[in-house]
Amino acid sequence: MKTRRRIYLDHAATTPVDPRVVEAMAPYWNEIYGNSASLHEFGRQAARALEEARAQVAAELNCHPTEIVFTSCGTESDNLALRGIAWAARKAGRGHHIITTAIEHHAVSHTAEQLRDLFGFEVTFLPVDRYGMVDPDDVRAALRKETILISVMYANNEVGTIQPIAEIGRIAREHQIPFHTDAVQAGGTLDLDVQALNVDLLALSAHKFYGPKGVGVLYVRRGIKLVPALTGGGHERGHRPGTVNVAGIVGLATALRLTRTNREEENARLRRLRDRLIEGLLERIPDIQLTGHPTQRLPHNASFAIRGVDGEALLLGLDLEGIAASTGSACTTGDPEPSFVLRAMGLPYEWGVGGLRFTFGHQNREEDVDAVLEVLPPLVERLREMSPIGAPGGS
Amino acid sequence: MTSQERRRIVVAMSGGVDSSVAAALLVRQGHQVIGMMLRLWSEADNGQGPANRCCTLDAQYVAQRVADILEIPFHLVNVAERFRREVVAYFIAEYAAGRTPNPCILCNQRIRFGWLLNRALALGADYLATGHYARIRHEGGTYRLLRGVDRPKDQSYALYRLDQHALAHTLFPVGSYTKARVRQMAREMGLPVAERAESQDLCFVADGDYRRFLQRQAPETIRPGPIRDLAGRVLGEHRGLPFYTVGQRKGLGLTARPGRPGEAPQPLYVVALDPAENALIVGPAEALRRRTCRATQVHWIRGQAPEAPFRAQAQIRYRAPETPVTVIPFPDGDVEVRFDEPQRGVTPGQSIVFYRDDEVLGGGIITH
Repeated sequence: MKTRRRIYLDHAATTPVDPRVVEAMAPYWNEIYGNSASLHEFGRQAARALEEARAQVAAELNCHPTEIVFTSCGTESDNLALRGIAWAARKAGRGHHIITTAIEHHAVSHTAEQLRDLFGFEVTFLPVDRYGMVDPDDVRAALRKETILISVMYANNEVGTIQPIAEIGRIAREHQIPFHTDAVQAGGTLDLDVQALNVDLLALSAHKFYGPKGVGVLYVRRGIKLVPALTGGGHERGHRPGTVNVAGIVGLATALRLTRTNREEENARLRRLRDRLIEGLLERIPDIQLTGHPTQRLPHNASFAIRGVDGEALLLGLDLEGIAASTGSACTTGDPEPSFVLRAMGLPYEWGVGGLRFTFGHQNREEDVDAVLEVLPPLVERLREMSPIGAPGGS
Repeated sequence: MTSQERRRIVVAMSGGVDSSVAAALLVRQGHQVIGMMLRLWSEADNGQGPANRCCTLDAQYVAQRVADILEIPFHLVNVAERFRREVVAYFIAEYAAGRTPNPCILCNQRIRFGWLLNRALALGADYLATGHYARIRHEGGTYRLLRGVDRPKDQSYALYRLDQHALAHTLFPVGSYTKARVRQMAREMGLPVAERAESQDLCFVADGDYRRFLQRQAPETIRPGPIRDLAGRVLGEHRGLPFYTVGQRKGLGLTARPGRPGEAPQPLYVVALDPAENALIVGPAEALRRRTCRATQVHWIRGQAPEAPFRAQAQIRYRAPETPVTVIPFPDGDVEVRFDEPQRGVTPGQSIVFYRDDEVLGGGIITH
């Protein structure tokens, strides 16, 4: 039994913090520690750092700094967008209909379901095609007089499919309906120009692009009314009360700027790794398919469905060989539940439980791909032979 | 297993002291150890009752903590649906058929040393280890199953259905220790489990009361019917056969019957359950004494069924004492067992397990 170097291929789950980000954050723990809301010099120092970070983020998103709201994470940003818009509509006595998709992250889908179940909103969950793609015509067809919000994720966390956001945004704008996109998975690699994307609300999370955990962004276009999801003080222009996480926000802004500097080159490098893995696995494993769109996909995402094995068992097997990957299905192994994303894409049960996702990052090299190509095919074969899903076990 | 070699070993962890120490001993020997906890079915899964008493969140938390202390990976393995389909369904069907099942034996065979073992092997593990008090010895190409060293804690009875494949890939690290020593080791190693209570039999029966479980889960198995004596006379009405077990005296709802003139009144015991007639048969104490019984689905540890009658010790229940017997194999694989001393409490559905000295030879399920 040999032990290999650990290989991290789960950058869609989280990323290591870039050392330059750690350095940028360093002064804000115990040197410049003031509360940015305080009037004294300690507070003013913190406030300057906060506003500098806000300006940096606004520059990357091509928006005005006052349109940037800092939050504690991507989930909070999504919650604020959905609840904020829904409650503002309720307050103004406007409509009660929300359009979203069947493949959203739970931060969006569970929030929409709660708005439906507890607050009487109606929610349309749009279907996706077999590549996990939303059809803008479906968005148009779902519109009602009462529609108050459209929320479509920028790129899917599980299969990496990139949605036609700008086109959906145009439809939303034609009908003057606020359009939110959960861009958490897109933050490190895709274009975030909110003008080009035609979005009114956009959620990001720092730890997905080599920033710290515990800090997120919600872009809120000027003129969009939000009722805060948290209640408290008047921080973040009343959108998000709570003492501001200055160190984290400085880290977020630095990390976002760094991902933007050589984005095209790095994306091209990630695509090469991704495609090498895709080709290699499709060649070596029978009954495997790429999930998500073949071309309209995140540069770093290679995701698969493998028939007759559950993804969790594959994860355990890879983990034992020092390779970290992920799956979209429920967080237990044994009696697997198919991933709801793969189900929405029309994959049958024996494929849907075999979801497996590799997401590359800065530190990955070709030999990491080769390690997966060496380890995964025999693992799949053993699992299919000795522990197939659905069949009763044992003697 | 040669002790020098570093092996990959999956340990079935329950959060209890035995499996925790089992994992710790293997880590200490330098193996690559992976903790897995089976999440079995519970009535709570469909909102019908409290959680499975073994894999509660508390037990999960403790098992995870132990894994953290040992610095090994820990995975929760959800086999709820498989367990419900294979073990709980059997449990209900056996009671419906008027027998008294032992679901732990089936769970060991099908789930723990069946499904989980195969899953472990598929993940490249060499062994599955558990915290059972039993031992395995490899001799002359055959794996033998032995009682645990701690005789009162011995669990070999519940393992008699393991086959050679399972035994070849199973380790019982605490089987060579006493429970007291295992508890002491847990304390010495700083594991947060030393004082935890024993895990429970019938883990999926939420309140430990299998009769109420059947009322909730399989009410059709509980139909009132006649109580008859050995001559067929109706003495009263029973509440449903699953409420009774062979040898039971209390709870029959019968007023003490007068004996024949000049004799003292005789206490009445459950002698048999008659599912065909939905009748409960009662009789005096001596009617419980059985000289023989039959067993089916007989499994022999060494793989080969004996052809000639042989002498052995037998255990007719999990905690029953050994008793000397002659085992007579039939060509169809079933056996007849002749007890040297008449036995009370021979119960259809329970397993009879044969031993020679400390070695488990095999066993079967009592039919009558």
